[in-house]
Amino acid sequence: MDLIRVEELRKVYSAEGVETVALDGISFGIKKGEFAAIMGPSGSGKSTLLHILGFLDRPSGGKYYFDGREMGAYGEEEMAAVRNRQLGFVFQSFNLLARTSVLDNVKLPLLYSGTPESDWEARAKEAIDAVGLSHRLHHSPAQLSGGEKQRAAIARALVNRPEVIFADEPTGNLDSKSGQLVMETIQELNEKSGHTIILITHETYTAEMAKRIIRLRDGRLVSDEEVRVRRKAGEYFEK
Amino acid sequence: MKTTHLAQIAVRGLVAHKSRSLLTILGIVIGITAIILVMSLGRGAESLILGEIESIGSKTIAIVPGRQPTGPADIIATFTDSLKERDLTALSSKTNVPHAAKIMPLVFGSQTAAYGSETYRPTIFGVTEDFARIYDIFPTEGRLFGVDEIKSYADVVIIGREVRSELFGENEEALGKKIKIKGRNFRIIGILGDVGQSAFLNFNQAAIIPYTTAQQYIFGIKYFNRLIVEADTEENVPITVADIKATLREEHGITDPEKDDFFVETQADAIETVGAITNVLTLFLTSMAAISLLVGGIGIMNIMLVSVTERTQEIGLRKALGATNRNILSQFLLEAVLLTFVGGIIGIFLGGTLSYLTAFAITRFAGLNWEFILPLSSIFLGLGVAAGVGLIFGIYPARQAAKKSPIEALRYE
Repeated sequence: MDLIRVEELRKVYSAEGVETVALDGISFGIKKGEFAAIMGPSGSGKSTLLHILGFLDRPSGGKYYFDGREMGAYGEEEMAAVRNRQLGFVFQSFNLLARTSVLDNVKLPLLYSGTPESDWEARAKEAIDAVGLSHRLHHSPAQLSGGEKQRAAIARALVNRPEVIFADEPTGNLDSKSGQLVMETIQELNEKSGHTIILITHETYTAEMAKRIIRLRDGRLVSDEEVRVRRKAGEYFEK
Repeated sequence: MKTTHLAQIAVRGLVAHKSRSLLTILGIVIGITAIILVMSLGRGAESLILGEIESIGSKTIAIVPGRQPTGPADIIATFTDSLKERDLTALSSKTNVPHAAKIMPLVFGSQTAAYGSETYRPTIFGVTEDFARIYDIFPTEGRLFGVDEIKSYADVVIIGREVRSELFGENEEALGKKIKIKGRNFRIIGILGDVGQSAFLNFNQAAIIPYTTAQQYIFGIKYFNRLIVEADTEENVPITVADIKATLREEHGITDPEKDDFFVETQADAIETVGAITNVLTLFLTSMAAISLLVGGIGIMNIMLVSVTERTQEIGLRKALGATNRNILSQFLLEAVLLTFVGGIIGIFLGGTLSYLTAFAITRFAGLNWEFILPLSSIFLGLGVAAGVGLIFGIYPARQAAKKSPIEALRYE
């Protein structure tokens, strides 16, 4: 069974009487343990799709089944709970809280999760260890490099042990070396820990690090195929 | 989500903008300071006045000529000469007022007293020897005057501490010396100690003489300014008041109590009146302070709205990470309440300090026995009102924050 399944998904924005169709009938499924990249130029609807898949927004039409349950059946509080416990987010601009240590930033999702407070420290350290930032526990975001910030954000996405991690242009604000390191971390999460990963990007190069590429244009799905020659993050440096 | 975590987030949010937070709560600080000051000074004033009233004595009844004032226009009461010698005689009769232990006529006014080239303007009290018992003041040097001296219109005087030092200096002997009041030579037979203010009268500035002499030679009047009656027991005060009214109405030929040309005051009446006046005053001044709180509250709302807009991204992030609308609402509401609560604490501290300094200044420079009182109720009221203002004016910005859609919020840069 698909972990994520969308059928004829539509999203229409209306502002000042003008309707803009962002998603125009999209259908696909993603299984547990997959690593899919959603690609497309700006305006193709990939961010809108991510928002809906990530339970941040609701579609205007069509169906979205998450773990077998249709999104319409979830209330606002339940959606928040899904975001908190079953989904992890990595954003292009990191979105770490300023003047707050890496440790406390990573703890943030635990605050809303109902996890006993006695477990917070261990859980956060475990996630930080998984991204190789244990030496930066008490640094504030301003003291970190771009790549380290994004890895701290990945640790935050991991801390509640989610089923799916959404990465929205995770390398967009990074130089290529840091970007490679971040992608290496993401690939490891998929391969070693078996996390399901959905990557949003407009770069073919980055998309080819996934196992599957879904291409969008003007709100429609134009192709959905396996990556034949898969790139390994870090190979760039090995040459 | 625990409240302690919410509080931690709120504190962090406020500390991140220290100077702004402080400026924001200024209105609340001023409002709460005003409330505390008003309540504290109000209680101080009340206690001072009540202390004065109590020093009159609970058995003492004052008969005042004229009609009891019913409003500002009525203050200049008519019939100021309605109490005469025959009233004194009638009231002294045991058949008319059986429970009156003492009756003392009182006339007063200001006159210049001179000793050699030194002059001073004391308050002249014309009384009987009973004044000492009624007001609980006795000469520390010399003696009181006697019944004979009253009957014979004697020129004898008992002077207060300040009169003595103004006319004789600190070292010269005053007892037995003669001072000149309105062309007559009065022999000083007694000197009061430092009695200060009592029963609204400052006996330090007093020259006390027989009422007969005062009426005849100093003021040239045939009436009394007051008749002071002392009941034999406190329980008999009401019945004595009734007897006094009946006697005086008969003497003056009054059938309609509305047309009384005198009124009777007791300590209980006075305490009640003072309580009513200070309550009204406190209420009035507190409502003035409430306006400051209203303005302060609007300031809080304003800044919280700015803060919500500024932190749109933080709100979006928290929501994306699983914060519910209620989590966000609580966070911002708690921030507002915390802000005003801190304002309340500062206000209480400031108000208390100002009230203490005022009490100190009044005691030191006005010579009144002003007590510093900080009622516990005012502290609770201050804290409660402060937190309430935070709740009321914080709810709107907090709802705005909770309503933000996470995607809109994350897109915001």
